[in-house]
Amino acid sequence: MSGFLATPVGQLALVVGEALALLVPLLIIVAFLTYAERKILAAIQLRKGPNVVGPFGLMQPFADALKMMMKETIIPSGANPLLFLFAPMLTFVLAMMAWAVIPVNEGWAIANINVGILYLFAISSLGVYGVMIAGWASNSEYAFLGALRSAAQMVSYEVSLGFVIVTVLLCAGSLNLSDIVLAQRNIWFAIPLFPMFVVFIISMLAETNRSPFDLPEGESEIVAGFFVEYSSLAFGLFFLGEYANMVLMSGMATILFLGGWMGPFGLWPALGPIWFLLKVCFFLFIFVWVRGTLPRYRYDQLMRLGWKVFLPLSLAWLVITAGVLVGAGWLPKLPAPV
Amino acid sequence: MLQRGSRAGGFLLAWKRGIDGVLAHYWPILVFIVIAAVIGAGMIGGALIAAPRAPYPEKLSAYECGFEAFEDARRRFDVRYYLVSILFIIFDLEVAFLFPWAVSLSSIGQLGFWSMVVFLGVLTVGFIYEWRKGALEWQ
Repeated sequence: MSGFLATPVGQLALVVGEALALLVPLLIIVAFLTYAERKILAAIQLRKGPNVVGPFGLMQPFADALKMMMKETIIPSGANPLLFLFAPMLTFVLAMMAWAVIPVNEGWAIANINVGILYLFAISSLGVYGVMIAGWASNSEYAFLGALRSAAQMVSYEVSLGFVIVTVLLCAGSLNLSDIVLAQRNIWFAIPLFPMFVVFIISMLAETNRSPFDLPEGESEIVAGFFVEYSSLAFGLFFLGEYANMVLMSGMATILFLGGWMGPFGLWPALGPIWFLLKVCFFLFIFVWVRGTLPRYRYDQLMRLGWKVFLPLSLAWLVITAGVLVGAGWLPKLPAPV
Repeated sequence: MLQRGSRAGGFLLAWKRGIDGVLAHYWPILVFIVIAAVIGAGMIGGALIAAPRAPYPEKLSAYECGFEAFEDARRRFDVRYYLVSILFIIFDLEVAFLFPWAVSLSSIGQLGFWSMVVFLGVLTVGFIYEWRKGALEWQ
């Protein structure tokens, strides 16, 4: 067996197995996230939510997927068909491929690359392309407006997200995601960097186009924004991509601020993946909770918050953090070059 | 056969060394992309095959709340979106500069810290200018 794993084919089989072992649970989590969202929203509004398909409605996501599969794929006559179908695929692939570097336990990353956080930052930036291509290829007013709004919103909040990440890097001293988690052995970064933690949570809502920043798809204003023309599983891929991005941003927040796979006060270190999952669920609950509680922002308010509040705040906090670390000599030491 | 010392051979050897070294960590990502793309294409393709299709002109026209589309949707739009993307490039580049600085701050010491403060100061002046000019106003 070990002889087979040493061959290139064996290596490939191993990686494919690992990738599937991550992607399949991820897709199941995404499926049940849609169910959990409907259940939590229903509970907030004193309704029952889906409860017909299967026990407690647990089979609802699969029924939805099957229904979507059997719908007609409509490609509008004015659209560019190739790009029209390419955009949802791009969104989906980007949301999935970011997971290759996420460590769910010590040494459990599929690709433990040494610039992990830079990779995540780059992949999440590319997400804008799926939106822009979809909006342009649809050749529809609403899709076009939604794509413009969405792109402007995503890039605006990406800037403050970048500053937050750099602040964490200052404290961790490494771009490797596992190292960033291990740097939080003594204290989770959410405590000393609490303002940046809050900025990150709010930016992550805006970055994934979620309520209260869901203007690009504001149903009551521009119907569904950039994916108004989509139907069937082409729409389903956007849907999956959006929810996978929510899980991804929750995973990033967990790694950057809540100590990844480590339990509070070093409790039960053997339960690494369980701790990771629990923390991700905590952030996912915030996503849904906010959606059930807050009204939608106006577009000028959204841009003002991003550029005039978060940008100066995160920039100032970055300089303060660096100043304190340099002044007090608390900077993490770089490992000796190999 | 590759000749040792020939240019192509040297390039291939270097490439192989790169694969064995740094890039060895990256090829699982390639596998990941392929699997995700296959799943995505399978879903769209499956729906195209499995679902019934009965298109007619009204169904295929762009959604316009019941109107006929007046004109092509790809038209002029507000210049502010353009402005936002330019501002984004400036600040995103700034973040890109900050990444290596943040990681190596312990070895570049006081000088490294103050040079970055000066750089951020210059950018802040630019930021104040654009704020006063009203580039961040949306109304």
